[in-house]
This record gives sequence, C-alpha cells and structure tokens, in this order.
Amino acid sequence: MPSSVPLSWYLILSAILFGLGVAGFVVRRNIITVFMSIELMLNAVNLSFIAFSYQLRQVDGHIFSFFVMVVAAAEAAVGLAIILTVFKNRATLAIDDVSSLKN
Amino acid sequence: MDAILFLIFAAIAVGCGVNLVVQRHPISSALSLVGVMAALAVLYLLLGAEFMAAAQMIVYAGAIMVLFVFTIMLLNAGSERKTDKALFARLFGVPALIGFIVLIGFLIRTLLPKTENVVFGTFTEGTARGVGLKLFTEYLLPFEVTSLLILIAILGAVVLARKEI
Amino acid sequence: MDARFIPEPVHLIRFAPELLLTVFATLIMVLDPLTKEGEKHRLGILALVGLLAAAWGAAVAAANPGTAFSDMLLVDGFATFFRYLSILVGVLTLACSFAYLKREQADSGEYYALLLFSIAGQCVMVSANELIMIFIGLEISSIASYVLAGYLRDDKRNNESALKYFLLGSFATAFLLYGIAWIYGITGSTNLAEIQRVLSNRDIAPSVNLIGASAALMFVGFAFKVSAAPFQVWAPDVYQGAPAPVSAFLSAGPKAAAFAIFLRVYITAFEPIADQWQAVLWASALATMIVGNFAALLQSNIKRLLAYSSIAHAGYVLVAVTTHSQIGTAAAMFYLAAYAFMNVGAFAVVTHFARQGERYVNIEDLAGLGQRQPVTAALLSIFLLSFIGVPLTAGFFGKFYIFKAALDANLVWLTVLGLLNSAVAAYYYLRIIVVMYFHEPSESVADLQSPAPGIQAVLWASAAATLILGVFPSWVLDFAGKAALK
Repeated sequence: MPSSVPLSWYLILSAILFGLGVAGFVVRRNIITVFMSIELMLNAVNLSFIAFSYQLRQVDGHIFSFFVMVVAAAEAAVGLAIILTVFKNRATLAIDDVSSLKN
Repeated sequence: MDAILFLIFAAIAVGCGVNLVVQRHPISSALSLVGVMAALAVLYLLLGAEFMAAAQMIVYAGAIMVLFVFTIMLLNAGSERKTDKALFARLFGVPALIGFIVLIGFLIRTLLPKTENVVFGTFTEGTARGVGLKLFTEYLLPFEVTSLLILIAILGAVVLARKEI
Repeated sequence: MDARFIPEPVHLIRFAPELLLTVFATLIMVLDPLTKEGEKHRLGILALVGLLAAAWGAAVAAANPGTAFSDMLLVDGFATFFRYLSILVGVLTLACSFAYLKREQADSGEYYALLLFSIAGQCVMVSANELIMIFIGLEISSIASYVLAGYLRDDKRNNESALKYFLLGSFATAFLLYGIAWIYGITGSTNLAEIQRVLSNRDIAPSVNLIGASAALMFVGFAFKVSAAPFQVWAPDVYQGAPAPVSAFLSAGPKAAAFAIFLRVYITAFEPIADQWQAVLWASALATMIVGNFAALLQSNIKRLLAYSSIAHAGYVLVAVTTHSQIGTAAAMFYLAAYAFMNVGAFAVVTHFARQGERYVNIEDLAGLGQRQPVTAALLSIFLLSFIGVPLTAGFFGKFYIFKAALDANLVWLTVLGLLNSAVAAYYYLRIIVVMYFHEPSESVADLQSPAPGIQAVLWASAAATLILGVFPSWVLDFAGKAALK
C-alpha cells in the first residue's frame, strides 16, 4: 500500500461528486433536494479548485473556492426565500406540481 | 497514512453523495450533504487548505446547511411521491451517470500532464495568513464586490419573505 | 508592504459606474422607509438619476481606459459599449415599471434598488478581465434578477418564474464553475490574457482535448445564460411568468451582458482553440434558431411568443459569435443593441395592454387594437417588422451584418439556414399585425386606457431608435467596430 495517492484521484472524486449532483438535480422531485444537489455540485467544484491549487502551489484556487462558498451562501438565502413563496402559494414542494405556465 | 485517510474520507463522501441522491426524504438528503461536506473538509486539510477546511465546516456545514434543515422543518416537507419517471431514471440514468464518470476519469487519467502524489505538509500556504494576504491585495476588488452580493441576498430575502408589499 | 493594498484614484474612476449604481441603490434602500406609501415612485426617479449618473461614470471611465485593481477589471471600448447598453436597458425598463408597479400596487424602493444592483452586476461582468470577476458579476446580476422575476410574491406565475430561473440558473453556474476550475488547473491562472498566452504557447500548452472539455463545460454555463439550445428550456417559462417589465429587462439586459462575457472569454482566452469550439457553436446557433422560431409558431400567449422569439434572436447572435472575426463581434454588438430597443418596446406594449393582474396576454386579445389605439398598434408594428428584419428598421441591418460576417467567414450553410429561419419567423410576427388590424375587435380592447406617460416615452424612444438605427446604422456600428475585440 503506497503511503500517498496521486492528485488525479482527488480530481476523479470531484468528478464523481459532480456527476452525483447532476444526477440528483435530474432525478429528484423535491425542490429542496434539487437545490441541495446543486450545492453538492458546488462542493465538487471546490474540491477541484483546492486540488489544482495544491498542484500549482498557489493559494489562488483557495480564494476562488472561498468566493464560491460566499456565493453559495447568498444563493441559499435567496433560493430558500423563493422556495418559501412557492410553498405559501401552492402548499407543495413537488417540482412537477409547479407547472402552470404554458398554453 | 495519507492514502488511508484519503480512501476513508473519499469513501464517506461518495457514500453520502449517493445517499443524497437516492433518499426520498429531504431531511435524509440534507444530513447526507453535511456528511459530504465534513469529509471534504478533511480532504482539504490533506491538500494543505487549512483555512478552507475551517470555512467549509463553519460556513458550509454549519451555516448554510442549518438554513436548509431549518427550511425543511419549517415547511414540514415529507417524502416524495413515487412517479413513473423513477423507473426511467433507473434504466437510463444510472448507466449514463457511470458512463459520464468513467469518461471524466479517463480524461483525467490520460490527459492531465504530470500529476504528482499528494503528501500532507508539503504545501503550507493555505493558512488564514496566506489566504488573507492574497485576498486583501490582489483579490481586493472581488472581495469588496462580494459585499454587494450579500447585500442583494439580504434585500432579496426581505422582498420575498416580508408580510405585505 | 504591498502598494496595491490601497487602490489608486484612477482605479476608482475606472470602476465609477458600478460605484455610482451601488451608491444610488443604497440611498434608495435608506430612503425607502422614510417615503410615504403612494410616494414611492419618487425613489424610481432617484433610480433614474442614478442610471444617468452611471452613464456619465461610464463615459468618465472610458476616458481613462486600462486595467484596474491588479488586472481584475479592463475598461476598453468593448466594456464601455456594453456598460452603456446595460444602463440604457435599465432606463427603458424603469420607465415601463412606473405604471406597472402603480397598477399592481406593488411600488416599493426595493424594486428600484434591485434593478440598479442587477445593472451594477452586469457592468462588473462586461468589464471583467478575470474569470473570478466574471463569476461574481454574473451572480450579482443573476441573484437580483431571480428576485425581480418573483417580485409579486402572491402571484403564482411570478413564483414559478422565479423558481425555474433560480434552479436552472444555479445549475448552469455550477457547470461554468467546473469549467473554470479546469481552466485554472490547466493554465494556472484565471486571468483571461494569461490564459490566452498559455494556450497559444505550443511548447507549454497542455492537451488540446482537455482544454476542449473545459471550454465545453464553460459553454454549458454560458449557453444557459444566453438561452442557447439545447439549454433554452427555462426561458419561455421565466419570461412568461415574470412581471412584463421584468421580462423586458431579462431578455435584453442580462442576456446582452451574458453575450458580452461569452464573446470576451471565447474571443480572447479561447481564441487559440477556436477551431475546436467553432463546430459546437455552429450546431448550437442553428439549433437555437430552429427551436426558437418553430416553437414560436405555436404560441398563443404573447409573452411566451416573445420569449421564443428572444431565443431565436439569441441564435442569430450566436451565428455572429461563431464567425470569431472582428466584424462578427461588431455585428453581434450591433444586433444586441438593436434587439434591446425593439424587444423592450414590444414588451412595453404588452405591459400596457395586459392591464391589472396581466389578464390580457393572449394574441387574440389584441384584436381591434389597430382601430382602438392606432398609435400604439403602429408602434408595435414597427417593433415586429424590425424583429422580422424589414429594411429601414434596425433589425434589417442587424441581420444583414451578421449574415455578411458569416459569409465572410465561409459559413455558407449556416447563413442559408439562418435566412430560411428568418423567413419562418416572419409568419408569427405578421400574424400579430394581422390580428391587430384585421380581426373583429374583442371586448378586451373596449376599456383600454391610453398608455401611461412612462410607457409612451419608452414606446416613442424605442421606435425612434429602431428607425434611426435602420437608416443610420453607422452611428452605432462604428462604435461597435472600434470596440470589437481582436
């Protein structure tokens, strides 16, 4: 058993998590779970940034992932407020029930 | 030691990630997401990102996820109904997902120039000092502009959630 | 220690429009509780002053071109053009909004503040020289837009619009970020000029396939934001459900800014791998035109029709992006400016016609408008003819320059198919004109008041601009040509 793993393993882990996030976004029908899948994707992106930062021996990637985190917080505040208004008017969190627009 | 830690926490992250996607109840998904975030925080430490590991726990797992759990509790969200789309997703989604991951893995393995082994302790710039120095010099403008973003988030939440217009 | 810790005055000048917009938006938020109900439109006038101040700021910044804040911003002609365009769309939207907000009894300072913040975000985007600034500007613009789309909280259509916009917008952002992470990992930088330098240096350039994959991930993100196929699904629902003035804003302002960063990233940073992404853009441009035009044929709701039309027009602009030549970029810039006028004009008519609660939004409701309000109907006809691309309107020269640039770049098939698409599009625009003038007046036009002053101002200004650009296109085209990236 080697004592350390190559950096590409971290990147593959990041790709797996990103793929799982996409899958959750497509498969899940609850609005909040769909939103959490997006958060999973953002976490996967952060892992990539930090892994690349290690390879390049720079902190720039850390700073980028720091901004991603701040943006995720802002998005969560607004997104959950939007979900609250939807729930207040329709009393449902199923994404299939939110489809009154069309012809 | 590095390899063992990586394997343990990568397994936790993937396991929790899968659980997030397969659970029907949002609260189970939310707790799985906290698990992913905690496991990632350990991996950040291994990669020398001390500050980000702490921020991951405090901001992401601590603040943002509490907001999620709070909303789920407030709206009293229950399990999802079963839909016929679920079978479709299982038949085509799972192979498509595995295909996507294999493809990305292949791309990473074959195309990425020189990936070295990650050894804990060889990159020590990612401390609060290292990140802070960059943040307040080179990245001053994005840092300041982010305050605008947070102001909008507050304003937006107030607009959408207050009692009457 | 580091001198860059304190920014130089000239850096602040280059950032002037964003600063002024933020100051005015904050001022509006502070004054909001001090303003009585029924007086809130005064805050809107303050917002108008803020936009004019920002336009002045953009002019001052343009007189001091260069980079600012350790290369984070780049103020050049391209940035200045799109700053003016964003601010202009803001002014037109604001003028439409007065009557709308009064009618819906939803006048509040927050609306104006959010509008200014969104425009500030667009100004950051278009002058960004770093992927990190592009990302933050995009998020500022988007988050403010999500809230604006769902501004009337008790309206189910608004809720749905905001929810879809938010979920799909965040999903797209995640793809964009994943692409950025890879570009950062490959090139070791997020600065656009630096990325271009690394990618064009054959000795250190890493695998082309890997860069192509990252560029493709970023393309997914951008394609969502500009509503390009196959990522256009959100646009019809969002534009149909949002308040009419907000739909006008979303389909002109944030979209133009998204095209600006699209152009900047692909024309500067990814120029060395242009032969790779050109094929993808070719297919996407064609699919976008086809989806937009053919779906629009089937619509009976006018907001939804304009949404599909907006997708189709994004397809024409993508044709110009596909050329990746200087005249192609100039043509795209001209088209976006022309489109902003005619689109906001058309949505202003919808705002006026829909009335309280947006009850009248079907095309058949417009029957008899030609007799009842000939002036409004004539102005709407100008916008629709410009959408088709009839000579003497801005839309004609817009399409002409785009397809000319495409022919110069040897994109013959794309030009032919694009022109065929324009012919199909004529059908659904002309159908609206036929309904207005030749159908029996419906009862819905019977109690129609004359347009509010703000809406009238928008209608006349947009129609004048549409015709002026249709006769003297060089006024804008020369600016665009000088400003186009190369």
